Amino acid sequence: MMTDFDYAVIVDSLPYLIGEGLLFTITLTAVATVGGLILGTLIAVMRLSRRTPLPQLAALYVNLLRALPLVLVIFLFYFLVPYFGQWLLNTDQPVKVGAYYSAFITFTLFEAAYFSEIMRAGIQSIPRGQIAAGQALGLSSWQVMVNIVLPQALRNMLPVIITQTIVLFQDTSLVYVLSLTDFLGAASKVAQREGRLTELYLFAAAVYFIVSFSASRLVARLKSHASLAAKPQ
Amino acid sequence: MGYTWNWHVFLEPSPEGGTYLSFLLDGLLWTLATAAAAWLLALAAGSAVGVMRTLPWRWARGLGTAYVEIFRNIPVLVQLFLWYFVVPEIIPAAWGNWLKALPDASFYTAVTAIGLYMSSRVAEQVRAGIQSLPPGQQMAAAALGLSPAQAYRHVLLPVAYRLILPPLTSEMLATIKNTAVAMTIGLLELTNRARAIQEYTFQVFEAFTAAVVIYLALNIAVTCAMRLLEHRLAVPGLIRTK
Repeated sequence: MMTDFDYAVIVDSLPYLIGEGLLFTITLTAVATVGGLILGTLIAVMRLSRRTPLPQLAALYVNLLRALPLVLVIFLFYFLVPYFGQWLLNTDQPVKVGAYYSAFITFTLFEAAYFSEIMRAGIQSIPRGQIAAGQALGLSSWQVMVNIVLPQALRNMLPVIITQTIVLFQDTSLVYVLSLTDFLGAASKVAQREGRLTELYLFAAAVYFIVSFSASRLVARLKSHASLAAKPQ
Repeated sequence: MGYTWNWHVFLEPSPEGGTYLSFLLDGLLWTLATAAAAWLLALAAGSAVGVMRTLPWRWARGLGTAYVEIFRNIPVLVQLFLWYFVVPEIIPAAWGNWLKALPDASFYTAVTAIGLYMSSRVAEQVRAGIQSLPPGQQMAAAALGLSPAQAYRHVLLPVAYRLILPPLTSEMLATIKNTAVAMTIGLLELTNRARAIQEYTFQVFEAFTAAVVIYLALNIAVTCAMRLLEHRLAVPGLIRTK
């Protein structure tokens, strides 16, 4: 029952939970957001290009990954990446990657599929006149994309990108299946060791909630700010 | 590649009796059963909470908002652990013991956890659907003498559901995908079985390729069925209906 709720076990393990667990969770979220956004933007540009195999390839990648459960993809890449590395680097043995780096690769590639859909929507929301104006200034199509279209697309999509990052932050808890020490992994290890599952899992839930909820409030403020800015003067 | 493919592995006998193919397809049945039950729960709870968030009473809206924020801001895996490890401990001991002794406890836990997690997302869609209706609909219903409950039942909800079918399809697909998380509490669904085949036979890529193909087929089947439904239920006279 709740009467013997043991706060001390949380306080004592706080350095481990935060310093190791939460740090890894945040690092993984940050790397996968930045990497996924860059790769996702490339995929979105590919998907909107008119050179025949590019849009089809991009669509295949995005639709395939979005149809699969993340847990399955985590396992699949964990086993696949060593063989892919072997093929890429032309070595005799599968490359030893390990669960830790495999998690970074998996989440970056997986999130790229979701970010590419966001960026595609962002790019498509830019008025054609912007491109025409860029071309009239003598910019190449690459320059138009990088200097005119993408910055605006990124800014327009910022609330959606942060929302996706919140989802990603929560999804990183699934590295549990590779026995990595992310925040939930750390909480789980302490919980098993001390036999204090109730305390640790409730604490984990509270921390995830506070971080995600605060971030989603930020998104709401950003949205109202953006809709004010978009109003004609 | 230094990997030996052996597709015949699926015809070999599995430790559970039957072939590895039937072992994997059994997993598909668990995935389907879990997803279907969780989806029904998500739809029922999500509709109730979504409606609450559009009611004229402040307390109802507040309660609905709190529900949505709690269930969508905690990772589904953490919620699963809370239902599986924590809930049996904090309810009265007799109930907790009954819960723990339940056969297929991981199935019921997965349905509850995934169903309620998804219900917060369904609630947001239902609310958006209702709020996208012109206010005149509600006023017209009131003018006809319908009670608020009747207005929701006969006027607002039938149109709102039809408007939100496309996002509901995505949520349905997300429910199917989320069932894979239940492997962590020992539910023998598709992903868990693919992993088990990998551990028994070391034919990792055959096992996971088969799982990937099954998930893709499932996705395509659901998407097509929902397209058909969307087409049949399209609201006449809107821009999106041809």
